[in-house]
Amino acid sequence: MFQDYDPEGYFDETFSPGGEPRPAAAMLTGRIRELGLEELRRRQEAAESSFLHSGITFNVYGSDEGTEKIWPFDIIPRIIDASEWDRIERGLQQRVTALNLFIHDVYNDRKIINDKVVPSELVFSSKTFREGCVGLNPPHGIWCHITGTDLVRDGDGQFYVLEDNLRCPSGVSYVLENRRVMKQTFPQLFETSSIRPVDDYPSRLLEALQYLAPQTDTTPKVVLLTPGVFNSAFFEHAFLARQMGIELVEGRDLTVSSGFVYMRTTSGFERVDVIYRRVDDDFLDPDVFRADSLLGVKGLMQVFREGRVALANAPGTGIADDKAIYSYLPDIVNYYLDEEMILPNVPTYVCSREEDLKFVLAHLDKLVVKPTDESGGYGLLVGPHASKKEREEFAERIQADPRKYIAQPTLALSRCPVIVEDHCEGRHVDLRPFILIGEEVYVLPGGLTRVALRKGSLVVNSSQGGGSKDTWALS
Amino acid sequence: MLSRVADSIYWLSRYLERAENIARILDVNIQMTLDLPSSFQEQWAPLVQITAEDEFFAEHYGKPTQETVTCFLLFDKNYPNSILSCLRAARENARSIRDAITSEMWEQINDFYHLVNNASSVPHVLGSPHHLLDEIKQESHQFIGIVHALYSHGEGYHFSRLGRSIERADKTSRILDVKYFVILPSISHVGTPYDGIQWAAVLKSIGAFEMYRKKYGRILPERVVEFLLLDHEFPRSVRFCLGNAEQSLHAITGTPQGAYRNKAEQFLGQLSSELAYTSSSEIIESGLHEFLDSLQGKLNRLDEAICETFFALRPLGHIG
Repeated sequence: MFQDYDPEGYFDETFSPGGEPRPAAAMLTGRIRELGLEELRRRQEAAESSFLHSGITFNVYGSDEGTEKIWPFDIIPRIIDASEWDRIERGLQQRVTALNLFIHDVYNDRKIINDKVVPSELVFSSKTFREGCVGLNPPHGIWCHITGTDLVRDGDGQFYVLEDNLRCPSGVSYVLENRRVMKQTFPQLFETSSIRPVDDYPSRLLEALQYLAPQTDTTPKVVLLTPGVFNSAFFEHAFLARQMGIELVEGRDLTVSSGFVYMRTTSGFERVDVIYRRVDDDFLDPDVFRADSLLGVKGLMQVFREGRVALANAPGTGIADDKAIYSYLPDIVNYYLDEEMILPNVPTYVCSREEDLKFVLAHLDKLVVKPTDESGGYGLLVGPHASKKEREEFAERIQADPRKYIAQPTLALSRCPVIVEDHCEGRHVDLRPFILIGEEVYVLPGGLTRVALRKGSLVVNSSQGGGSKDTWALS
Repeated sequence: MLSRVADSIYWLSRYLERAENIARILDVNIQMTLDLPSSFQEQWAPLVQITAEDEFFAEHYGKPTQETVTCFLLFDKNYPNSILSCLRAARENARSIRDAITSEMWEQINDFYHLVNNASSVPHVLGSPHHLLDEIKQESHQFIGIVHALYSHGEGYHFSRLGRSIERADKTSRILDVKYFVILPSISHVGTPYDGIQWAAVLKSIGAFEMYRKKYGRILPERVVEFLLLDHEFPRSVRFCLGNAEQSLHAITGTPQGAYRNKAEQFLGQLSSELAYTSSSEIIESGLHEFLDSLQGKLNRLDEAICETFFALRPLGHIG
């Protein structure tokens, strides 16, 4: 099973460099050996057909209609031991608390800017800074109710924060569905190991959303706003709405009248108090953001501003996941919380700083260059894998608009074993935990482990051969 | 309930019922072929005629034979009322309201779709589709059972039943109408064994054969018409379906039966009482085909009235 398994010098999540299973993974590898490869593959197939049955599929664009694929799933879980997880949890709580304070400050008093901790030109030049959000005061001062933060483990075994996603992070439904399937796949291990549960995420999320409702005598009406069935995350929207027992609405179901938001029902109009929106800022309200948006609700922002409807996440949170701002995070944490940052950032060169720009241009072949305002792996240059010509072209782009780029060293992402035909091989993984801010800050134990299923690949995105694994945070 | 959600539940139920009925029509025609002399081969043409897609069919398939018609009605992705298209539409509707229906309902529709979609690439299925058609009927029944047993009998349930009942009434009337197309060119066969076979086939395609036998025994055209249009106990008779539709419509609005507060209730009430006070001999005398044609027109108007009353996105007026 694992006899020929070779970590090849990478940090392996399951095995120590000597080839022995790590202590937290010993029970798992023992069980897998017991089952044998054939049984393991049978269970892998059962897990896949379970996903197909529940319709957890995505359409393959450009191919014939009806060809649907499940998001590739590998049944060997990724294990994080208890003390390590405790540290990650504290680190993430600290991080989102500071980020939330930062967003509120930026749109209100601007103390951090006036105190010159974060350069003002960096904030106001950001594409994700929303003028329409200045002076907003969302309920309980919470802006980023739901955050998905991407972590990676480098060759030194240390976890680093790669990026924060504070707009509409997705993927949590896969965490819950992967877990459901894994309980069917390895029931004995769940009985004997102490795996922190993930199942109460929907209740936690609902509580966090209800917490935002304007004072009313009745149970607040919470809805989830989706761009619609053609959105690639639609499955997740419907899944979460169902799990929380709230209505899934589209922009056309909502309307603003006399200062409130209503939804159209078969028996008339019903008032809405809280909107968990999975529609991007730009499309949320044609009056304030993109005028051509058909996905949003005209007049919504005004109602939000007046406190008669709550939005989660609040608009404008993208300012905090700008990648140039990211590089100031140690200072941001220190400024608001007077603490040292627990989870380190990946060292980052901000091209708008002159000395960083020089370094980046001189070392393009060793660095990963990313646009500051994009997420999801778009528009980046992976120096070591790029041709000379690509690097030269990219250098021109950076020089033309340095504010738009940052650079980071290429990381040796840690690996996990996955089943490849009749044996196991190591593949690179990352980790996206989900954090909720409500009355308290809650971190979903584990999170989404994405795995680059192509041999040698570092790209974990589902559109580019990525898959997922269940993540077991032990207690 | 959101208007959009009600709309989707109503339509997904109609689509599933439609898929089942197409399977019934196909299955019976295949069975009937086995009993009739080979000169009756032209009986596949009427199945195309009732779709009103003769030109499309001729262009893509040529001559109507068992194989071509079966392929067309089962699997044609470009014909919106093929079984596969219906299931895809039902599934897309279900997908868009997954939060509003139960997992069991969604999974049933999802599996149902995959069953037929997978079958579409299996060789030889067109040569002997009986087993598949049987499965389609069963899957549809299973869905109805799941809705009945696991979905709260509230507004969503009633929109589902409303959609299904109207679709079923429409399809029962259309299946009866097929008989008109089949019988017309072979009027000399009236009263022959073949005529009996055809009437029995009509009953079978609606799943009414055994229940009819129990009630009337001999197969007489007038009785068959009576049973399929006016019977108040058989669940696929038009009158029974409209009764169900009426109950559900009034459960949704809370209007007492016998009164109306919107166009849908008014139309349906008028149609039901019309059926309640007519007889099969009157229908046959004044022309069965004409009666069925007008019935279908009225069902379409009812559908429009339901859409206007509950689903249409009207501009915001007064808020209660």
